[in-house]
This record gives sequence, structure tokens and C-alpha cells, in this order.
Amino acid sequence: MAEKGKSNRVQVLSGNEACALGALAAGMRFYAGYPITPSSEVAEVLSLELPKVGGVFIQMEDEIASIGAIIGASLAGSKSMTATSGPGFSLMQENIGYASMAEVPIVIVNVMRGGPSTGLPTMPAQADIMQARWGTHGDHPVIALAPYSVREAFTLTVRAFNLAESFRTPVVLLMDEILGHVNEKVVLPLPQELEIVDRVRPQVSPQDYLPYAFTKNGVPPMVSFGEGYRYHVTGLAHDESGFPTNQPEKIERLLLRLNGKLEKNRENIVDFQVDDFDDAQVGVISYGSSARAARHAVRLAREAGIKAGLFRLKTIWPFADQEIEAHTKHLKAWIVPEMNLGQIAHEVEWVVGRSIPVHRINRIDGNPINPLEIMAKIKEIA
Amino acid sequence: MFDYETYLRTSKMPLIWCAGCGDGIVLKAMLRAIHKLGLEKDKICMVSGIGCSSRLTGYVDFNTLHTTHGRAITFATGIKMARPELHVIVVTGDGDATAIGGNHYIHAARRNIDLTVILFNNNIYGMTGGQVSPTTPLGKFASTAPYGNFENSFNISGLALAAGASFVARSTVYHATQLEKYVEKAILKKGFSVVEVITQCPTTYGRRNREGTAVDMMLAQKENSIPVSRARTMSEEELEGKIVTGILVDTEKPECRSEYQKIIDRFSQPTGSVETKR
Repeated sequence: MAEKGKSNRVQVLSGNEACALGALAAGMRFYAGYPITPSSEVAEVLSLELPKVGGVFIQMEDEIASIGAIIGASLAGSKSMTATSGPGFSLMQENIGYASMAEVPIVIVNVMRGGPSTGLPTMPAQADIMQARWGTHGDHPVIALAPYSVREAFTLTVRAFNLAESFRTPVVLLMDEILGHVNEKVVLPLPQELEIVDRVRPQVSPQDYLPYAFTKNGVPPMVSFGEGYRYHVTGLAHDESGFPTNQPEKIERLLLRLNGKLEKNRENIVDFQVDDFDDAQVGVISYGSSARAARHAVRLAREAGIKAGLFRLKTIWPFADQEIEAHTKHLKAWIVPEMNLGQIAHEVEWVVGRSIPVHRINRIDGNPINPLEIMAKIKEIA
Repeated sequence: MFDYETYLRTSKMPLIWCAGCGDGIVLKAMLRAIHKLGLEKDKICMVSGIGCSSRLTGYVDFNTLHTTHGRAITFATGIKMARPELHVIVVTGDGDATAIGGNHYIHAARRNIDLTVILFNNNIYGMTGGQVSPTTPLGKFASTAPYGNFENSFNISGLALAAGASFVARSTVYHATQLEKYVEKAILKKGFSVVEVITQCPTTYGRRNREGTAVDMMLAQKENSIPVSRARTMSEEELEGKIVTGILVDTEKPECRSEYQKIIDRFSQPTGSVETKR
């Protein structure tokens, strides 16, 4: 695999393989997971590669155990990850909330397949958008990223770790079955071309360390278990020292900091890409493998003399609301193609209100969205 | 005589446990064992789930992790796999470890990962108000067994043993000195170790089942305990309602993290290529 590209660095990789290699490049040294289609190749590659770099791979008894193990390993100082698909992602939800509350950096890869329930194990969907945001109970922060190419499966996995470490929060990488299994020719970035971020360590002595301190950017420094800082971690509402509290003012202060820390830093998190947008009159918002169809449709439209543009979401959460609003001004309408019943379209409608129409193109039958379907809608509007 | 306070976060006290609860006696036995072994506080990671006994981690001056219900062993597995040099001790209860967390309990035993599990068995869900648990004996009362428990109960030490644990022992709060010795042996054992300790809950179990005060309940532990050597000569009928105490298994077998280290070491050898099957 990685050896193939030694001479000219060109490789043929699937999205799942690129994701696994991206995690290794980001410094991930602990993986726990449970087999599930269409994500299992991530685990297979890492079971092969992790021991070579002194890392640890373990296949757990279920997805609940998998996320428990990666939270434990992260607290012990290893960058940690798991990969799954919809049913497993559902099982992980309670502990995703734990990681949010206890501020433990972890990365969860969800290679989305059709749902609900067992659904369509071998067919693509993008229907876990809202589960990624609200799947666990309570108000909580979360970051979700959506790569659209094999190369981006690599680079956004690296970024997922950087964001998790920067903000002490779980980060979800929303892939889909097409991206997970498609093989593309790629040239991956060299290690020296990558920015790798590690968690901020405390500058104070163990006596003065507050694991949940209120800092300027809202993110407390973090130290690993076993390094002399003997502190307490709990999913209960806690004070700055990490111990449980029932005091309303302390609880509110904690939850406002937790929920505010991503908002405070959203400029460093929210990311998107626009194509052909300068003079666009019809805008297409898409993400993941659907954005590949959307990009093709926009090119077809341009060839036909229609001023169409693509706004591609690279981060799903926090949502690019301000950025979408800014790009709405000169548009006649937005089109939102996605493999669900309008989970992102709903967010877009919320952003643009009644200023312009938001047209949905939805596909939930396990087939990808056809560029010609999007092209037809562009034509109809233009 | 050593000072318990060396290992306690006294500023977090008083404990949340009720008067007469046996959990404090288990805590003290654990601390005596840790002290006797001379373990460094920084090298101990204590992990708990949810329930009365699981609140223990808030009171001890180690690296402490209070996790989600039933999942303590999974978090502990991650810690041990990532940092094998830490002593990882899991504090859990009968409901936490063998109802909601039963799957993790048996798989950790099967893997034989080097964790020490102190399993507080009070036959009830105390924290939520006395609901029936997997270890509530048949016919006993609980807030969700108002007509008496109609289910058979778990032999949770037997479960760990059958699933492959290296060390399993059972004791009671009454036998605090024996308990201390078992905790010590369990920590020393390289492999998955369980110490099941029978502890009384006078508040939600004893009261409903007319078992008297905490002292009455501890005396019953004394009277009903049968050493494992003698239990082997007794019939199932004779053992009905008895607590079999002692070391149920103490064996050497391959430990999961050490086996994984062998794989890592194959790659860190300076010469020769490593054969992999794929």
C-alpha cells in the first residue's frame, strides 16, 4: 500500500485506507473498534500498521466498549480513534457525550450507510448529519467534518485530530460508503507538509493544576494520567477542579464554557470551499460524495452558459451559517443535494429565511445523486 | 499503623455512603493492600462506573476516572493498553459490572487483560433506591420486586472464572482482613483479576428484607460464609443461601497487553523483516 508510491509518490487508495493513513500521520497511536460495513477497512489497515509504530490496535466486544477504550487511552496520553457506521455510531452516543463533558479529545469516524436501523449496510447515505450534532443527550459541543475525496479523507482526518486536541472535544469525521470504498489515484502530503497539533499541557505544578480551568480561549490545558497530576475525571457536572458539584452557578458556568468554546473559536474551525462562485446566480450547497456530483453539475451548467456555483461544506458542525449567509446575496436560489431527506437543507433554510428559495434534491434509496439531476434543477431555476 | 489519609482526598468528604454501608470497609481494605504493596500513587489509575460503590474514585488520591454506567472496564482497557506501566484498578458494583456492563466484564476476563476489578456486591441498586439487581436472590424484595424476585441470580465470581479470568476471589465486608489479602493478590496478579466482596446495604436491601441493622447483616455474612475448600465437599442444596469465600481461581496464562507487546517488539527489532499475513 504505502510502499507502492515510494518512487513517484502516486498511490491508489480507498477513502477508508486514506483515513487510516491520515490518522497515523496525525500521530494517532491507539485504535479500538468493532467490525461494521462500510468502515471495516479502517480497522484492518490500522491492525496491520499500528504495531509497526509502537501503537496499539484492539478489536473490542462492541461499539460502546470501543469508544470507552479510546476515551481511556486518550486520558492516558495517546491520540485515539474509532471507526464505525450508523448502527455503531448510535451505540456510541452516550460516551460521545461523556467525551464532550469530560473534555477528552477523540476522533470518531462514521462511514455513513443507509438507515434507519440495519438499513443498507453496503450502500451510501448521508443521514447521520443530525445524529452527529444531537445524538447524545444534553447541550454539548461537537465538531464534524466531511471529506469529499480520498485525498481529503487523509487531510481531514489529520485535521480532525488537530481540532480534537486543540479544543479537547470529540470530533466526528463523516464519510460515506462511496468515499470509504472508492479507489482514487492520490499523492498524499509529505509529513513535513502537515501541521500537527498536540494538546496544550499545563504550565503549573500539580498542586495548582485545575483540569477544567476557565481559560481565555475556553479550553483548559490537559495532562495525561500517570504524570504526577492525580486529578479526577467524571461525567457528572463538575467544578474547575473536576469534582462533582450541585451548585447551580458552577454548573451553569461549566456548561456555558463547554458550549461556548467552539463558538468562540469558530473562525479557526469552520471551513468550506467555493467553486465558480464570483458571479454565480444559482448556488449549490453540498458535502461528502454528493459534492462530487454537485461539482460536475456546476461545470456542466457553466459549459451551458449558466452562472452556477458550488459551496462545499468541509465542516458540517459548527455549521457555516455566517459564510452561507454571506454567499446568499446575489443568488436567485440555493440547491441542496444530499443523500438524506434534507438534514442540511433544513439548516440552510434556517440561515437564509425567506430571502431566496432553497431547493432540495434528496436521495434515500442507496443510489448516489446523479449530476444530471442537479443540472436539471439548475436549468429549471436559471 | 499507617495513615489512611495519605491516600484520601479528605477535602471531598464526608462520603456519600449511608450510615452502615459496607463500602467504606472495602475502601479501607483496598488502601491497606495498596499501602502494603508500596505502589506509587501516581502509577495507580482507579476507574469506576456508576452506582454507590463507583463514587469511591472521587475520594482517593490517585489518577481517578468516574465513567458511564457499566463501562468502567472499557475505559480501563484503553488505559491499560495505552499505558501498561499503570496499575489499573476498577471499582464497580453488581448492577454496573454484571447487568449493564456484563458483556465488557466477560470479554475482559476472556482477553485476560491485566486489570484488577473490585466488585462490590450488595445485591441491589442502592443509588437509585433499591431496585432488583442480577444478584438479588430469588424471592427477596426490592423496590421493583414488590412480590419477591422471580428471577434466578448470578454467581458473578463464577462468571469471571468461566470466562477466563486469571484470579478470582470472594470475600465479605465482615472478613476485612481476608479481603485485604485478596486485593493484594489481585493487584499483583498479571492478568484479569476479580475480587467480589459481599457488602451490606441496610438502607435499601436490609430494610426491605427485614435483615436488621448493618451489624446484623455483617453477622449474617459471618454465619453464612463457607470457605471454598469446605464448599467443595457440600451439595448444591447445602450451599443454598451460603457465601462461598476464598480464592476460587489463581492461575497463570497469557495476558493480553503483554502478548500485544510481543507484536510491537517484533517490529522494533533492528534486523530482519517481519512476516505478516493479510
